[in-house]
Amino acid sequence: MRPPAGIDGGAGDGGAGGAGGNRGAGDSATGDAVARGSGATDWETVVGLEVHCELKTQTKLFCCCKNAFGDEPNTNVCPVCLGLPGSLPVLNAFAVELAMRIGAALHCEVRPSSFHRKNYFYPDMPKDYQISQYDEPINVGGWLDLPDGSRVRIVRAHLEEDTGKTTHQGESGRIHAADYALVDYNRAGVPLVEIVSEPDIRSSAQARRYVTELRAVLVATGASDGRMEEGSLRVDANVSVRRAGTTAYGTRCEIKNLNSLRSLGRAIDYETARQIALLEATGVVDQETRHWDESGGRTIPLRSKEEAFDYRYFPEPDLVPLVPEAEWQARAAGSVGLLPSARRQRLVGLIGGAPSAHQVDQVDVVVAQGLDDLVVAAVAQGAPAELALVRAANELAADLDAALALDPGSFAQLLTMEAQGALTATQSKAVLAELIAAGGGDPAGIAAEKGFEALSQSSLAAVVREVVGANPEEWARFLAGEDKLAGFFTGQVMRATGGKADGKAIAAELRRLRR
Amino acid sequence: MSEPKPLGRDDVAHVARLARLSLSEAELEMFTDQLARVVDHAGDIAALDVESVPPTAHPLPVRNVLRPDEPRPGLDRDEVLAAAPDSEAGRFKVPRIVGEAP
Ligand SMILES: [Zn+2]
Repeated sequence: MRPPAGIDGGAGDGGAGGAGGNRGAGDSATGDAVARGSGATDWETVVGLEVHCELKTQTKLFCCCKNAFGDEPNTNVCPVCLGLPGSLPVLNAFAVELAMRIGAALHCEVRPSSFHRKNYFYPDMPKDYQISQYDEPINVGGWLDLPDGSRVRIVRAHLEEDTGKTTHQGESGRIHAADYALVDYNRAGVPLVEIVSEPDIRSSAQARRYVTELRAVLVATGASDGRMEEGSLRVDANVSVRRAGTTAYGTRCEIKNLNSLRSLGRAIDYETARQIALLEATGVVDQETRHWDESGGRTIPLRSKEEAFDYRYFPEPDLVPLVPEAEWQARAAGSVGLLPSARRQRLVGLIGGAPSAHQVDQVDVVVAQGLDDLVVAAVAQGAPAELALVRAANELAADLDAALALDPGSFAQLLTMEAQGALTATQSKAVLAELIAAGGGDPAGIAAEKGFEALSQSSLAAVVREVVGANPEEWARFLAGEDKLAGFFTGQVMRATGGKADGKAIAAELRRLRR
Repeated sequence: MSEPKPLGRDDVAHVARLARLSLSEAELEMFTDQLARVVDHAGDIAALDVESVPPTAHPLPVRNVLRPDEPRPGLDRDEVLAAAPDSEAGRFKVPRIVGEAP
């Protein structure tokens, strides 16, 4: 069976699941970043990613078992997901809805689709096959624009079922040395959408940006909780290298077991260096599937192409074609929330004028963490936008769950107090920590409890004069133009006031005295 | 479309390996003969003009069989594990796995 033109090639193997990969990489690609090789020649890294996203449904893809993370093992199982004889799969309508939302957010075309069986012997699927979409995926084509201005094209985003969870038991805990394995089928049959990119990514940093942005898009659609640490987003990377300036793709390796952005970046960097060294020494890279060994910081081969899997895909006879009517497609597309790019625009609009490089970073962080609604609400209640942004980016991300529950009114009131000089930045942050811990509260009351009161202008001026008088030599140098001594005086004033003075106010006072 | 090559002994051995079947030499011989005739029969369709017939994914004129996303209780774990050859800590116990999941 041959997949139709246009969905073959790219990072995917044309089939579902993204493993195997007997084919070379496909057509031409865009991109321009150049990776520096170990030798004198420049090499370019070429990466395509397969992102598996667990859908936030109530039930599994083909049965009514609960889709839940962290339940007692094998408590969400039934004849369908255990592959018992006589059981029949029935497709979950909401999983289809979420898949179409993802498609809409990634500018894909929704097509009539069908399901295949991907056959293999491994105890993580009791049926001995996984139901997946093969040559007729639900979403085809599309793209994702990254905040850095680059575009990564999407080959396809198809539906499939997740596998069970195997735990290898044995002395060393290593797969190859395990004595036996234990299997939990709670995850078997959980709906996934696999998003396959074209090999348009040119560096580990860009790969991380792609996954970060994709994660935010998936969360915005309501399809995913975005929790990489719980495995609800999993990434495989197809990595190859080629001489800079050439267009033909090199031989690629597929890297599995990338459970975090950090692993993704490290694995691509390692694999790039490994392939460049191989090519410079022998001229050849073997196409193979490799496993990222996080503790060893390296990739190790899983199986070579001689033992490449033959999945014997064939149409799933127990499921009928899926042809969502236009009205349903439109409804799904209409329920996609505000996408990250639009949310970034919204924050930039609050600042007014062109954002600084720092502010661009802050906007990225705030949107990626989902804190933008809080910032927008706080600004609507009178908080200065720039201050709200910097506090959200720097102070709120640390305890995200608590920060997301913070009352925007309290946040706005605190920032207003700080902007008006009633609290120093240090004091404001301390009050903010209390507000986060409590979910809100009265910032003025907390400040008073802590004995925070900003120094009045006159008492600050007195302290500054005292400090200047006590350090005549430094003051003379400062007057002579040694600007860096401003830091020395600020530190002295801070010490004398027990941190109650405001850095900006001290600087203003020093400037006034120097004139 | 090129003429498919006739089914040979190697093909049958390959398919048997994929299905984890161990066949004796005699069985290999017998199944090669039988399977070749089955595949031959399916090959008759190549003689027909199907240019104007769209590929059929399913013989039934039915589409979009869906169910609402509402959970229902499944099977009792103890009952399920009792039917398995072996279990441990609420999980199915299986022999050591060589290699990695596909
Ligand atoms: Zn089930």
